[in-house]
Amino acid sequence: MLLQFTDKGIYCPAGDFYIDPWRPVERAIITHAHSDHARYGSKHYLCHHDSVALLQLRLGQDISVQGVAFGETIRYKGVTISLHPAGHIIGSAQVRVQQGSDIWVFSGDYKVENDGISGQFEPVPCQTFITECTFGLPIYNWQPQAMIFSGIRQWIQDNQAAGKNSVLLGYSLGKAQRLLYNLKGVTDQIWAHGAIYIPHQLLREKGWDLPEIHRITPDTPASAYKNNLIIGPPSAADTSWMRRFNPYALGVCSGWMQVRGNMRRRNADAGFVLSDHADWAGLLQAVKATGAEKVYTTHGFSSVFARYLTENGIPAQEVKTEYGDTDEELNLSETATSES
Amino acid sequence: MKEFAALIRILSASTKTNEKLDALSRYMATADPTDRLWVLALFTGRRPKRTVNATQLSTWCLQMTGLPAWLYEECYHTVGDLGETIALLLPPGKNISVHPLHYWINQLIQLEKADEATKQTFILNAWEELDTSERFVFNKLITGGFRIGVSQKMMVNALAATYDIPAATISHMISGNWDPQQTTIEALLNENITEADASKPFPFYLAYALETDPSVLGVPEQWQAEWKWDGIRGQIIKRNGQLFVWSRGEELITEKFPEYQPLLDLLPEGTVLDGEILTFADGFPLPFQTLQTRIGRKNVTRKQLQEAPVAFLSYDLLEWNGQDLRTTALQERRVLLEQLVEQINHPTLRLSPAITFHSWDDLAAFRLQAREKGSEGLMLKKLDSTYQVGRKRGDWWKWKIDPLTIDAVMIYAQKGHGRRSNLYTDYTFAVRDGEQLVSFTKAYSGLTDKEINEVDNWVKRNSIEKFGPVRTVKPELVFEIGFEGIAASNRHKSGVALRFPRILRWRKDKPLAEINTLEDLQQLLQMHKQ
Repeated sequence: MLLQFTDKGIYCPAGDFYIDPWRPVERAIITHAHSDHARYGSKHYLCHHDSVALLQLRLGQDISVQGVAFGETIRYKGVTISLHPAGHIIGSAQVRVQQGSDIWVFSGDYKVENDGISGQFEPVPCQTFITECTFGLPIYNWQPQAMIFSGIRQWIQDNQAAGKNSVLLGYSLGKAQRLLYNLKGVTDQIWAHGAIYIPHQLLREKGWDLPEIHRITPDTPASAYKNNLIIGPPSAADTSWMRRFNPYALGVCSGWMQVRGNMRRRNADAGFVLSDHADWAGLLQAVKATGAEKVYTTHGFSSVFARYLTENGIPAQEVKTEYGDTDEELNLSETATSES
Repeated sequence: MKEFAALIRILSASTKTNEKLDALSRYMATADPTDRLWVLALFTGRRPKRTVNATQLSTWCLQMTGLPAWLYEECYHTVGDLGETIALLLPPGKNISVHPLHYWINQLIQLEKADEATKQTFILNAWEELDTSERFVFNKLITGGFRIGVSQKMMVNALAATYDIPAATISHMISGNWDPQQTTIEALLNENITEADASKPFPFYLAYALETDPSVLGVPEQWQAEWKWDGIRGQIIKRNGQLFVWSRGEELITEKFPEYQPLLDLLPEGTVLDGEILTFADGFPLPFQTLQTRIGRKNVTRKQLQEAPVAFLSYDLLEWNGQDLRTTALQERRVLLEQLVEQINHPTLRLSPAITFHSWDDLAAFRLQAREKGSEGLMLKKLDSTYQVGRKRGDWWKWKIDPLTIDAVMIYAQKGHGRRSNLYTDYTFAVRDGEQLVSFTKAYSGLTDKEINEVDNWVKRNSIEKFGPVRTVKPELVFEIGFEGIAASNRHKSGVALRFPRILRWRKDKPLAEINTLEDLQQLLQMHKQ
């Protein structure tokens, strides 16, 4: 097989490289900068240009990393590699691997809707497609993001009318930029937790069209938040860090908010079903568009999705990886308390 | 329907009582009056009879979506709620309408006599007319149980705020036997009309649990003690020449207990008794399990009447000769009650005895005998207490005996429902029997949210096998299980059935080798079977 599933990660024996390995290796191709896909300790990293700075931010400035453009081809020992937009977060890519006429694609994480900053997911024809399926159940159906953002804007207005600050929680890399890009100007000022502020400033320096935001410090006066939008990482929920925003309404932005039980568990005042992963229809659309004859399903509802594909004429098989899990967006390792 | 769906969304999202109360009050002030009446009915356990069942809904949903049944099952296990699962799976409606809540309820009621095909056509059309959040509440109207934490008390407070009527009065007005199809919200909340409805019970006065030593209550001379019975709290009412029996859940259950019928002739007109419905034989209460055979059945068989005969252990007199005694002191009500029971002199109507004690130490000693008496502890009532409404602190306390306990290991885990959907919260426990593990109980509650998350995480990493929604896990996590009673049972592998099992604490300090054995359980059974 051109790509193999090993205990270190997805491996290409012919080219002697790994994709998103979870143990240190010699050569790692990285789909995107989230910590379950981009891990410490490998000798050389290869990723999209836009991921380079993010990788350095998360793994250290001294890593050996090479950036490439979408569609640019790289050759390792007779194996051709190229990256293609995955639409998940800034710099996220699918990895296409070809040897002779044998073509494999690993999706990494992806969504099919264009969010304005993460690129437009591009279906890449192949024989074998390795796909994520975080939301691989038909109960997950996303609304177009324009509708979700108008709901969020309305919510912020309602909070202002009720004299409350608006606190939105979303993953610091990906969700936060998507929110900020699409909510530009929603309040006079936008305030953010340091976990969000740092990558945000870095991306602004790199030329991304993101609005100006302010970093929350222990010295920020309460008056600064008044009627404004505040963005924090999911792990900030239920911590003392939140107290300074009183009175506030809490909104959580995540695909998991589709199910009421999850929302109630988060003690959120509002749940916005906004995900950077493909929904059920998006997964099916992506798989079909590749024309793949064989599919491997990685993290998420992988056994369910594989069985459904198989029953519908696309042989598919679940593989165990160490990427995320179905609680990815719910249990994040970022600690917010260090900021308080 | 939109307003109702929005109300349910707020009620289910909010964890703050005040926000829920505000939302309910707003709804009660602004919604269509007939819809208000239905919301009141739904939240006080007066939902219309089910005309379509969950299996039918599932079948029609599969038909409409074309999904395979196994995939539907997977979705259901993840969502944890059938009505919500279906609402999420259906494609967007093509024919959105704006009918009010009562329109849909009436349509559903009219399906009672309809054939399967008519029902199906109606449901499929309804789904096309509703958006996702409306479909969810529509499905819940059919399957029952909103599980959104709206208590009767909250409903009462919302109405009290909206209609500017004292809460206790509202409580009385909305209790009893009324049918949302036969009345209006105005009629229900009009006191004169309400008074004519003779069947209504008084709102029950409920006790808080006493967590400390009773000496904090002051001098023992001011208190009356009684056994706390493990039956169904109820009121027996005789008014207008009729007998009514109500459970604490405000369910009219007269028909279920024919034993009480002789009291119709014996009780004086205008009597309301508060007490415990218990299975009782040879002067002794039978285990709660025997009472269970009498609940939930429409018709009582002769065999049941013989095997599980029911008595009423009265402990309060709320109305006497048509006079409301609730503001009279307990000690005076007690005198009248004792006279009345003696005068009636019928084996079905018994007096729940008062315990004579001279010090709190005395009483503590009585409490230790509770299990032998077939009771679950003591009730402490202040002698000068009035009969209040709902659960109130101060004058009435329940002082339950400490539960029986067993240390056991978790062997199966299953996902919970509602707020706990997609989390492993329902566990099955086992004790040791030599080298084997024997399951003996399930328990759902007792852990904090943080502990639940921790166990959930552990379950996901330590599953051995998956059977549908159930995971077999490595026998490693040890918990202390508490329960109120134990009875022999041939339905369980372990040979015992527990009453009110729950997790007391997670014994992280105990290894598997130190859990209790089947023999320990059998010993408890010998010691405590009634």
